[in-house]
Amino acid sequence: MKRINIVTGHYGSGKTEFAINYAINLQRKFQNTCICDMDIVNPYFRTNDAHQELEKEGIKVIAPDYAGTNLDLPTLPSDILSVFSDKDCHAVLDVGGDEDGAIALGQFYPYLKDEDYEMFLVVNAKRPDTQNADDIIKLAREIEIASRCRITALVNNANLSYLSSEQDFESSFELLDEVSKRMNIPVKYVSSTPDILEKLKSVDEDKKFPLKLFMNLPFDALA
Amino acid sequence: MGDKVLMKGNEALAEAAIRAGCRHFFGYPITPQTEVSAYMAKKMPKIGGTFLQAESEVSAINMVYGAGGAGVRVMTSSSSPGISLKQEGISYIAGADVPCVVVNIVRGGPGLGGIQPAQSDYFQATKGGGHGDYHLVVLAPSSIQEMVDLTSDAFDIGDKYRCPVMIMGDGMLGQMMEPVEFKDTDVSDLPEKEWATSGTGMKRKKNIINSLFIEASELEDLVLERQKRYDEIAKNEVRYEAVDVEDADIILVAYGTTARIAKTAMAKAKEKGYKVGIIRPITLWPFPFEAFEKALSKNTKKTFLAVEMSMGQMVEDVRLAVNGRANVEFFGRTGGVVPTPKEILEKIEEIGGAK
Repeated sequence: MKRINIVTGHYGSGKTEFAINYAINLQRKFQNTCICDMDIVNPYFRTNDAHQELEKEGIKVIAPDYAGTNLDLPTLPSDILSVFSDKDCHAVLDVGGDEDGAIALGQFYPYLKDEDYEMFLVVNAKRPDTQNADDIIKLAREIEIASRCRITALVNNANLSYLSSEQDFESSFELLDEVSKRMNIPVKYVSSTPDILEKLKSVDEDKKFPLKLFMNLPFDALA
Repeated sequence: MGDKVLMKGNEALAEAAIRAGCRHFFGYPITPQTEVSAYMAKKMPKIGGTFLQAESEVSAINMVYGAGGAGVRVMTSSSSPGISLKQEGISYIAGADVPCVVVNIVRGGPGLGGIQPAQSDYFQATKGGGHGDYHLVVLAPSSIQEMVDLTSDAFDIGDKYRCPVMIMGDGMLGQMMEPVEFKDTDVSDLPEKEWATSGTGMKRKKNIINSLFIEASELEDLVLERQKRYDEIAKNEVRYEAVDVEDADIILVAYGTTARIAKTAMAKAKEKGYKVGIIRPITLWPFPFEAFEKALSKNTKKTFLAVEMSMGQMVEDVRLAVNGRANVEFFGRTGGVVPTPKEILEKIEEIGGAK
């Protein structure tokens, strides 16, 4: 696990769930972890929504002052810079969806260029715009251009929200393998809830990334 | 039928419009609806359609008026303050009998309000946000799948009755993600619009799209003719869902996201022994009065509990429907605050007494 971990992806990929869980893992291993909600695109369903649970774990949550309020200001908090000055901390940067969200990351390039960072691209093969390798690679390149950072690893997070099952992963392994070969970066994790991961027999245990879900709807799922 | 995919309400709505044959979209971004515009901006150029970000909502709705008058399937979308700006145009569109689809992903108000979900535009949508004798057909989905299905219906209803149709969802529906499936829709053979200003081809008299009438009697005739179409809509297009209403002591009335929360509360109340049902209006205009007649047909010893993300707007139609025959109560949160199942359950317990 690197010190700086950037989480990107198409919106709806499950980036935020992955980012929150990754931060919890970092905290349990290294302590002194912080998570930055850098989403300047989404008004709802964002890292900051889980700030109470994160803070209970001892994780520092850095979020825009107005995240989750009635104000719509695409600003970033200045204390994101503490991530780069405090070299002892581990950090997760949860970046907004698509290249539009990744623009927010670009301004930190002067700090990131000398860091040995990990930058994940979270892919949900059940999202309509990331169902073939060409589209995924196009998105990856757009995110890289906007953020001026290199994607270093893929996360296979195939899901249909509350209707998720192991079947969602069916076509995803082949798809992510092709993206992995063409981009020359590994598929580092396959993430899902523990019950689904258990059914994915072909996946190496060390690649499995169990998710506890935080972005819940205030009502029961539809059948 | 295709496979299920995971989509955000706003983008599913945009995709559904494209599949329903919409090739013209005029809009202006506003949270929590912006993904509709963003999706259209990305997709329309690829399919030979037109996406145009107008300089304002006023401008966008007048572009809709023009495109709709030329007979094409056209849509605009916005959120509450933006919809207020569109009202003059919507009235003109209604007055000129031009079909179009207007999407309102409602946020807190009044004024600039806030960006969190709300249902406080019910009056504006159903009681004539603009001036004059007109109605908007208002469709209120409560899931992303229903949002997709109703989008196609919205275009069909608009074309059939020559009227503007609104799809009204709260911010939660615009922003949340759910699995959806797109049904195969064939829009290659839509009925011709003989009234449209799409060129005479030197074969017919020119058509005129207009909402100004010099003679009072001429305007009255047209308004009366339009009212007949509204009567037809009220007869043919009412949609609602009613669950367990016959034997219920308490009937929840809620639409959109609030209906989902109310159903969750209903399930919890049933576990506690309360007899609870729900009426979920899907068309807000025409309002499903029939659902209330059925619910009251056996006996009137019932309480209707309207639940809304507003200070109580739909509840006025509930009172009209009940017409004094049964007790009507209200529970609402406002300002962008979403009610919880627990709060609704507490209200049910308050009405139903301790079990």
